[in-house]
Amino acid sequence: MAGVSGHFPILIVVVPLVGAALTPLIGHWRRRLCMPWAALVMLFTFAMTAFLGVRLSLHGPIGYHLGSWEPPFGIEIYFDYVAALTFVIALFGFLVIIFSKRYVEKELEEAKISTYYTLILLILAGMIGFVVTGDMFNLFVFLEIISLSGYALIAIGGEKLTAMAAFKYLLVGAISSLCVLLGVAFLYSITGTLNMRDISHMLTLTDATRVASVALALFIVGFAVKAAMFPLHIWLPDAHALAPSPVSALLSGLVVKTGIVGMIRVLFNVYRINGPLNYGPVLNIMAWLAGITIILGAFFAFFQNDIKMMFAYSTISNIGYIVMGLSLASYFGIVGGLIHVFNHALIKTTLFLCAGAIIYKTGYRKLADLQGIGKKMPITMGAIVIAAVSIVGIPPTAGFICKWFIILGAIEAGKPVLAGMLLLGSLFIVAYYVKIINAAFFREPVHEITEVDEAPASMLIPIVILAIGCLLMGVFAYAPLAFIRPAVTGFLR
Amino acid sequence: MIVQKLGANFNYVIATLLFCIGLFTVITKPNLIKKFMGLNIMEASVFLFIVSVGAVREGSAPIVVKGMEKGVQFVNPLPQALILTGIVVAVSTTALALALMIKLYEQCGTLDADELKGMEE
Repeated sequence: MAGVSGHFPILIVVVPLVGAALTPLIGHWRRRLCMPWAALVMLFTFAMTAFLGVRLSLHGPIGYHLGSWEPPFGIEIYFDYVAALTFVIALFGFLVIIFSKRYVEKELEEAKISTYYTLILLILAGMIGFVVTGDMFNLFVFLEIISLSGYALIAIGGEKLTAMAAFKYLLVGAISSLCVLLGVAFLYSITGTLNMRDISHMLTLTDATRVASVALALFIVGFAVKAAMFPLHIWLPDAHALAPSPVSALLSGLVVKTGIVGMIRVLFNVYRINGPLNYGPVLNIMAWLAGITIILGAFFAFFQNDIKMMFAYSTISNIGYIVMGLSLASYFGIVGGLIHVFNHALIKTTLFLCAGAIIYKTGYRKLADLQGIGKKMPITMGAIVIAAVSIVGIPPTAGFICKWFIILGAIEAGKPVLAGMLLLGSLFIVAYYVKIINAAFFREPVHEITEVDEAPASMLIPIVILAIGCLLMGVFAYAPLAFIRPAVTGFLR
Repeated sequence: MIVQKLGANFNYVIATLLFCIGLFTVITKPNLIKKFMGLNIMEASVFLFIVSVGAVREGSAPIVVKGMEKGVQFVNPLPQALILTGIVVAVSTTALALALMIKLYEQCGTLDADELKGMEE
């Protein structure tokens, strides 16, 4: 590797991190420049991740040794097929920043604007770092960067109960981070190393499998909180519904996925759960909990009145799909789960940004108040319909292929009951999205929302791009497989 | 036999006890500040565990100086470095939590979890 491009694996983390540190300074000088600055930083990062993605697909995984110290002594950044997710993180981060411009100007006090963009860049830097790092302790540090900026972003609006939602998340989140740290400590105490690939090698040599199993349990609990799996999901609805809408989009689309990526790293990269070592019925427990998560999330979503609450519960249900796919540990299951990581990010970002545009224009968020909104904001509601159809999983859209693969995986793994749970969850999902569409298009308005027109262009452009993405990912459903197939082949080796 | 084993590994026993005390406090106390103190106890227990993993009895600091005797035992410095980072993270969590509690008190007028629950509906 020659020149600067050889350092891209670390620069995709450092650039947004430094960008975040400089944002308050820029905000102090010219407050209006914060948003263009943040967008520029993310665009630059996005270009680098795109470059790395192309390189990855041509030459395979890229290992980068910090300060040229060879692993396991130095810290390693390992840009493998799972790390291709950084591309999605950077792209969606950029779109959310564009969307934020008008939203933040209206909803936040002026003094908070530079803080807002600082935290957004920090949380994106944390996520990118979390996905690319090859070191267990770095995983914990990036997890904490994500969590801390997430807590602050939820409370930044300053409305009633936001601090409460953030505190609830903080309390559960801090315990889960501690579980992860304790797991890292257990692994370090039996293997003497922190490098993931090295730990994975050492685990095959050690005979302390009981300690390793306890560590695995701690990791799963820790990451299950971050991913909001039943019964550790209680913090999610409030946190995701009360945060400012662009933040909800980031949290729901991307941040919960860090829990999933953590599980993938631990289960498949470190523990090689399909390997010869036996760690007990971890996957089985996860699969059944995921089934309950799917049904409960969809069930509660049906009874919500607040559209953002609905979308938040829908996230819980979709996390269930992903975890179920992964814990089936069969080829189709994992492929479906990984595609859904990407597709759900796309769909849920669209939905929350649309909700943000509606709240920005009308100030209402209850379904009863929003009756007839479809005629006033056709593009936004059209995007919601596309995303809703995608999340239900109707064929020409993004959600179909993942559910199809996960059901195939459940049957392949000989667990048809799980496939049944998945379908039942899907039925609930149809029901509550029909409820939204019905209220928006087929009811007469109850409020005087005749003045309302379409959202401004800076909001519509990200929404339209994402909605088109939902359709395209249905037509070119196999595109992400270029990265997912080698990743899964690596897991099952 | 088991007492001997526990005695030899008393650092792990104490770390586990502290972890459980902390978790118990977080779960049972209604006051949010007390809840958070419980969390701090948990953090301390994890840090204690990690540092004690790297400890060597009668080991010295891992600094090589001129004219040192051979066969000197060193303490593993890596866990200590990790814990320094861990403490920084814990401090920032605490700072953020306290700030959030001030906001919470301004918004809701109480720090009691039971009363806050009633306010949610």
